[in-house]
Amino acid sequence: MRDKPILDPEFSSIWTLWKNGQIDLTTPLRSAGHQDPKSVREVEKYRPRRSREAYSQYVRRSTKLYKIAATCLCLIFITVMLLTVANLPPYGDPNAPTVNEVSERYLEEGTDETGAVNTVAGMILDYRAFDTLGESFVLFTSVCAVAILMNLSGKRQHIKHTKELINYADDMIVRGVCRFLIPVILIFGIYILLNGHLSPGGGFSGGAVLGAGLIIYAMVWGEEQASRIFPAKTVRLVVFCSLVFYCLAKSYSFYTGANHLPSAIPMGIPGHILSGGLIMPLNVAVGFVVCFTMYSFYMFFRRGRL
Amino acid sequence: MTQIFGNLLSNYEDVVAVLLFSIGFCVLLFSRNLIKKVGLDIMDTGVFLLLASRGYIAGRHVPIIVDGITTAEYYINPIPAGLVLTGIVVSVSVSALMLSLTVRIYRTYHTLDVDALYMMMAVNKGGKP
Repeated sequence: MRDKPILDPEFSSIWTLWKNGQIDLTTPLRSAGHQDPKSVREVEKYRPRRSREAYSQYVRRSTKLYKIAATCLCLIFITVMLLTVANLPPYGDPNAPTVNEVSERYLEEGTDETGAVNTVAGMILDYRAFDTLGESFVLFTSVCAVAILMNLSGKRQHIKHTKELINYADDMIVRGVCRFLIPVILIFGIYILLNGHLSPGGGFSGGAVLGAGLIIYAMVWGEEQASRIFPAKTVRLVVFCSLVFYCLAKSYSFYTGANHLPSAIPMGIPGHILSGGLIMPLNVAVGFVVCFTMYSFYMFFRRGRL
Repeated sequence: MTQIFGNLLSNYEDVVAVLLFSIGFCVLLFSRNLIKKVGLDIMDTGVFLLLASRGYIAGRHVPIIVDGITTAEYYINPIPAGLVLTGIVVSVSVSALMLSLTVRIYRTYHTLDVDALYMMMAVNKGGKP
């Protein structure tokens, strides 16, 4: 058993009594004439069926057994995985079975078919765009779940907001560095977003950089100031519009272009900034979703609401 | 046996991925604090490293077509990169969801120790451990 104090006031008295072995609470209660059946029942409810020694022995034995079983499981796991790794094709092998006609097709035809120079961006936003749509919805669903779980409004507001010990906005160094750094971070994020089809990057990495900039702002100038600039309504509207735009654009381009139907979206010259058809707008939509998801994660964990 | 060790040496990136995965798994099994969910992130990192190292082909270039060379023999495999992107997003979502569940558990029981939680639930239920 641990010696840590249990902080819950409801349980502490019963807990300490039970831990010290003074569990025959019912007899003094009965003999003293306390015939309140409710309190007797309450105490009965918390009475363990084993004595404390037997119980702690049981706990010790099962802990030992668990540790032995877990170590065996880990060792078996590592052995099986290392044997699998030993039977994999060598590292960097050009004849490995993963290098098959799928990647060949993406590399040879990708630029002509999608208009993107970056094959990975063309792959995840054109050939496998449904996969990326699913990813955006995974992020959206997890934000919804976190919002439900961390909700502090209404009846559930039983956690007091602790005052900020240090006000970072008063610190000259922090404030000066952030004034210089946050615009640079945001511009770099926008650059990654807009160049997703030309260079390494794209919606997810650019959105993560933008979200980092917003989180630094919320950290330094406080959550109230940040939520004044990005109110909950704005965040919700931007995420909703991005997801709807993604759905509509992709449902248009899935039916046109490849199925002998003309597509109204020009491909552009590969290598130019305005090329790749829908890839750049889709990158921007994904980037907004990721950016505001990261920002809302921070805000929900920090203050319980946006 | 020597062949197995030779293969392990030549696949050293995959060995590191397996070690990362096992470290995360051990954290999940042996840690008593509920923040051990971080072990899941370490396991994810191992999986991403495995995928990235499987996509690499010795002596080839990044799959960004710059000089009009469209032969597949010039570039590495782009598919694992896309899979890693998917994996990163899902791992971020899962860790955020699990940490918020942990916060709720702490607000209800005021402890994160698995054993203490288990004992409190047992006491709460009426004795049966």
